[in-house]
Amino acid sequence: MDKFTKITGVAAPMPLINIDTDMIIPKQFLKTIKRSGLGKNLFDEMRYNDDGSENPDFVLNKPAYRKAEIIVAGENFGCGSSREHAPWALLDFGIRCVIAPSFADIFYGNCFKNGILPIVLPQEQVDILLKETEKGENARITVDLEAQEITTPDGEVFAFEVDPFKKHCLLNGLDDIGLTMEKLDSINAYEQKAAVERPWV
Amino acid sequence: MTTAKTLYDKIWDAHLAHEAEDGTCLLYIDRHLVHEVTSPQAFEGLRMAGRDVHSPDKTIAVPDHNVPTTLDREKGIENKESRIQVEALDKNAHDFGIHYYPVSDIRQGIVHIVGPEQGWTLPGMTVVCGDSHTATHGAFGALAHGIGTSEVEHVLATQTLIQKKSKNMKVEITGKLQPGVTAKDITLAVIGATGTAGGTGHVIEYCGEAIRDLSMEGRMTVCNMAIEGGARAGLIAPDEKTFEYVKGRPHAPKGAQWEAALAWWKTLFTDEGAEFDKVVTLRGEDISPVVTWGTSPEDVLPITATVPSPQDFEGGKVEAVQRALDYMGLTPGMPLTDIAIDTVFIGSCTNGRIEDLRAAAEILKGKKIKEGIRAMVVPGSGLVRAQAEEEGLADIFQQAGFEWRLAGCSMCLAMNPDQLSPGERCAATSNRNFEGRQGKGGRTHLVSPAMAAAAALTGHLTDVRDLM
Repeated sequence: MDKFTKITGVAAPMPLINIDTDMIIPKQFLKTIKRSGLGKNLFDEMRYNDDGSENPDFVLNKPAYRKAEIIVAGENFGCGSSREHAPWALLDFGIRCVIAPSFADIFYGNCFKNGILPIVLPQEQVDILLKETEKGENARITVDLEAQEITTPDGEVFAFEVDPFKKHCLLNGLDDIGLTMEKLDSINAYEQKAAVERPWV
Repeated sequence: MTTAKTLYDKIWDAHLAHEAEDGTCLLYIDRHLVHEVTSPQAFEGLRMAGRDVHSPDKTIAVPDHNVPTTLDREKGIENKESRIQVEALDKNAHDFGIHYYPVSDIRQGIVHIVGPEQGWTLPGMTVVCGDSHTATHGAFGALAHGIGTSEVEHVLATQTLIQKKSKNMKVEITGKLQPGVTAKDITLAVIGATGTAGGTGHVIEYCGEAIRDLSMEGRMTVCNMAIEGGARAGLIAPDEKTFEYVKGRPHAPKGAQWEAALAWWKTLFTDEGAEFDKVVTLRGEDISPVVTWGTSPEDVLPITATVPSPQDFEGGKVEAVQRALDYMGLTPGMPLTDIAIDTVFIGSCTNGRIEDLRAAAEILKGKKIKEGIRAMVVPGSGLVRAQAEEEGLADIFQQAGFEWRLAGCSMCLAMNPDQLSPGERCAATSNRNFEGRQGKGGRTHLVSPAMAAAAALTGHLTDVRDLM
């Protein structure tokens, strides 16, 4: 997994609430057995017309936001299915950070496993950032995970919360299976105890 | 100091394999269910790291999302990518030695129907699957939730999940349901009341007389859609109905182990005085047969209502409702019963069990569906299908004009050929009405099986109580 330390990039506004995982990556693209290559189908049904051409009105098709690394979104971003194809598609497109007033739980967790930082901010601050993103290519926002700070193009700074363990893994690009493997003794001890207490499992 | 615990607290405590100083926990997983869409990358990850499956005996796989449901499916899957995914699961199940129900097995079906049916799901267990509707298994008093593919790999490799404890939320449905009101109406009404993010960060325990009165099938329907309310898991305390359902199933404990299990299961309830972080109470008598009119499961109204206007809402919902009405092709003020439909889909992990098929068949018995309506029943498993045939339900469906399909996820998410065309409007017993969910441009109205049957007969959304 790629580390996430600090990025400065263009932020694209997607103020719609309840952007679900079917919108982020429709089911016809879940048939892959790989993690890569999904970026071209990110937001497929909003991004392309029926004939396959680009919908010029969709935010990520606008010149200013084609290389966006950050999305500023409405509440409950990532609701719906558990498909990790959603963060894979975001990452493959180049999105490293999503900022919203709230996220669906499974999507939120999936982001951290893939080097994407989801940030929860109060609606008022999200609204300020959405205004800033209207500056297009000049809407370059800095996200500093170490300091837990977002800096707007105007220099305004917003602090954000992040779980210390998730932060540690993201800052260092750690594979958490490896970390858990270090606790195999605890797992084995648990299994021995459980085999006595609940042998039917 | 209070020692009163919720049901969630008890199951959590019983599965804690390790707790770090910062509160990050390793939760031990008793059952890991696997399907073909969210697992190939996880198995590939194991191979690349040279890791084995930690507990193949606790890992159960079945293909469901991609499989064709037409009667000729033994000839194979036409779509190349779908075929590769199912073949990958065949190979991974074989190579890693996990339990497997291939497409050709009569026990094959939707993973959340197969697990309980085979007795893999038991009270007090932790159950995960790379699928958000894993919450279904909570009906047994099992802590069950959906996980992403990285977590699938983590569970395969370690039989644990890295977790922080969620908050406790109680959803109580008091009193009795009115005739024509079902478990599906309960779960949709709850989402309508709390919103799709109402349960975010929480595990829901459903309780109250109306929940107790539900069959196990009904309870699975309620828990299934906990995720649509934002909660990763929904729970119902096990009782005699639960034990009766589990007893004698192929993988349920037997003999002395059954007695020992039963003794523990009977301790699985929320203690008097235990505290919840959030409580929602609905009166069973107040719940009507409901339908969704928009593109979020929270867009729920009683069938007797009219299509709302964006002005009825505030904040970000105003724009979302306008977008939903445009997508759904609906006008504010229109009676919901005036909405004409093209298609009816009965099936899915929400409503693909035997009781669901009985409820729909009860409405359809001796009648014919409206001319021009495309209607299909997709049983949740091969065994549900066989039982429905034995009970004569298949005949009722077919005589009414429904297609009688083989088991799979089918049109719930339309990964196989069962899809809506742009603009096609469907009354569906599934769980999501998102844009494009059942096919690009398709329009979904979520309903109960009885309401779906009623819509098939009249050709428009219908109050099933008028046909009873």
